[in-house]
Amino acid sequence: MATEISVDYPQALPGDFAIWIFIFAELVVFAALFAAYAFARSAHLEMFDAAQATLDRAYGYANTLVLVTSSYFVARATQSIKAGRATRCGHWLAGALGLGGVFLALKLAEFQQDLAHGISLSTNLFYMFYLSLTFFHFMHVVMGMAILAVVAYKAYAGRYGAADHAGVETGASYWHMVDLVWIILFTLVYVVH
Amino acid sequence: MKFQSQKVAIPYFVGALALFLGQIVFGLIAGLQYLNGSFLFPELPFDIAHMSHTNLLIVWLLMAYMGAAYFIVPEEAQTELYSPRLALVTFWIFLTAGALTILSYLFVPYAHLAAITGNAALPTMGRGYLEQPLPIKVGIVLVALSLLFNVTMTLIKGRKTSINLILVGSLWGLALLFLPAFYFPQDTVKASFGWWWIVHGWVEGDWELILGALLGFILIKMTGVDREIVEKWLYIIVAMTLISGIIGIGHHYYYTGAPAYWIWLGTIFSAFEPIPFILLIAFSFKMLLARRREHPNKAAMLWALGTPLMAFLGAGLWGFMITLAPAQYYMHGTNFTAAHGHLAFFGAYAMVALAIISYAMPLLRGRIANSAAAQRWEMTGFWIMVLSMIGIALALTGAGLVTVLLQRAADDPMSFMQVQDKARVFFWLREFAGLAFFIGLLVYLRSFFIAGEYGYAGEMKQALAA
Repeated sequence: MATEISVDYPQALPGDFAIWIFIFAELVVFAALFAAYAFARSAHLEMFDAAQATLDRAYGYANTLVLVTSSYFVARATQSIKAGRATRCGHWLAGALGLGGVFLALKLAEFQQDLAHGISLSTNLFYMFYLSLTFFHFMHVVMGMAILAVVAYKAYAGRYGAADHAGVETGASYWHMVDLVWIILFTLVYVVH
Repeated sequence: MKFQSQKVAIPYFVGALALFLGQIVFGLIAGLQYLNGSFLFPELPFDIAHMSHTNLLIVWLLMAYMGAAYFIVPEEAQTELYSPRLALVTFWIFLTAGALTILSYLFVPYAHLAAITGNAALPTMGRGYLEQPLPIKVGIVLVALSLLFNVTMTLIKGRKTSINLILVGSLWGLALLFLPAFYFPQDTVKASFGWWWIVHGWVEGDWELILGALLGFILIKMTGVDREIVEKWLYIIVAMTLISGIIGIGHHYYYTGAPAYWIWLGTIFSAFEPIPFILLIAFSFKMLLARRREHPNKAAMLWALGTPLMAFLGAGLWGFMITLAPAQYYMHGTNFTAAHGHLAFFGAYAMVALAIISYAMPLLRGRIANSAAAQRWEMTGFWIMVLSMIGIALALTGAGLVTVLLQRAADDPMSFMQVQDKARVFFWLREFAGLAFFIGLLVYLRSFFIAGEYGYAGEMKQALAA
């Protein structure tokens, strides 16, 4: 009796290959930033720990929750388009965009609070890293939202479908990267001591 | 060439190459003055030869990019240039102003030049690359505005491709980044911030986008690869350029009186600046492998593939060597910087200009490619120039190393002039390499004077004649 052998070939990377090159480059950049943070911290352990304790972790926890949820929304958007439901896909993406907006608002409120406490890039090395890392990530959220907005617009306009959903996966992949980097950043800068 | 108005690019390209030749002559003179300080003194002192060398570089590159814009924008927009006449008038104004500037450097004492051109009313003169008198600086702005008006109007009435958007957008950036030239406060810290934003804002940001757009255009045309694929790569390259370059330019703020955090930010972000060049290499070779046709213009392809490689070497590798703050502490202002400057300016910005000239000039002269003989001359010129520029960079790197070892990191540092003496052998090597470069340039220019076009008919005629 012949047995049918089925082999699960690994699937190709979702979305456009070009975005993965970009994601790789971005991860290299963030990895170098985190390495620089670790290098600086190892030389000033006590100062880093003392300054880290002044951060308002409530903002950080809230924002982590917001971004993880937005990633879930984006994943649902990908599922929807694969099922051929373009409008539903657009709704999920719009929801993710809304959560991106919440992240930005919370982060701005936190920056405002830091500013009110007189914290600046020159305060000390920890705050220099804290401010530049979070601001750099902030700009990535803005860029991720720009990408999602284009994808959402195209989804509503009916330019994607069950057979042609690479664009949604491309945007989703980038957004997951932004989320992933935040989780590492939050753990590293706000929590680990 | 698809549109008659693209022909206005011809004078720009010819003018650019003429000024390029002038730049190299002044370079050879300045290089010789390193070895013999009284050479041509007092008729042509070193500072004048040096600033003629650097000013001509900037002007010929600008002229070549303008020519490239007048060639590419109509073709991409699929419409005639908004005003070919304005483009021609602008060319003559630009060329005259450029020539006048160099002549005034040569024949009018600089302080006197400053006095008669109103530098007292609005001081702008004296900083490196920005030595031009005030009226010339105003002229540069007007020339840029004329170009922007012309290409933007063309873009508006025509097809809006990503290449055109990136090209025209970065030309706007180029013009905006020139404006700090009019900001020269007494405060040296503020003044140096403004200074770095101009030419270094160009080469570490804006011009990389121009380079990407030109290379993208050439590769679409020559390889026949889908525009969509090229555009995706360009967007990634643009994004990585901006991510690394905008903050990375902070590596110029070390030890200038700027806040200390720039030592960290400049170090980290400038270390990322090679990334867009690595992406450019990946992009152009991937396009080569995916090509759907063999374009007969082999010389243009050679320039197009050589550009990202040499740009990575000069801007990426040689730049990285001196960019980290602890390294820069010892290397600042040594010939390491000159080595990086030479290899980066040539490898990235001169070579991409020569690439678009190589692609466009045959088309502008009514043929798809030059004859095989002309291309052989051009490619020989390519190799001589590339190899001798690497020679110049290596020689200057040697000279920089001498300074670091004997002056910067020495327990018992020697004086500046003693060190210059010790580095003499490297200055000789640089001068010889410079001479080789000059010969390479002449060989390259010779290719323009070889008649005939590419193709069986053309080749057959030449074979029979021989």
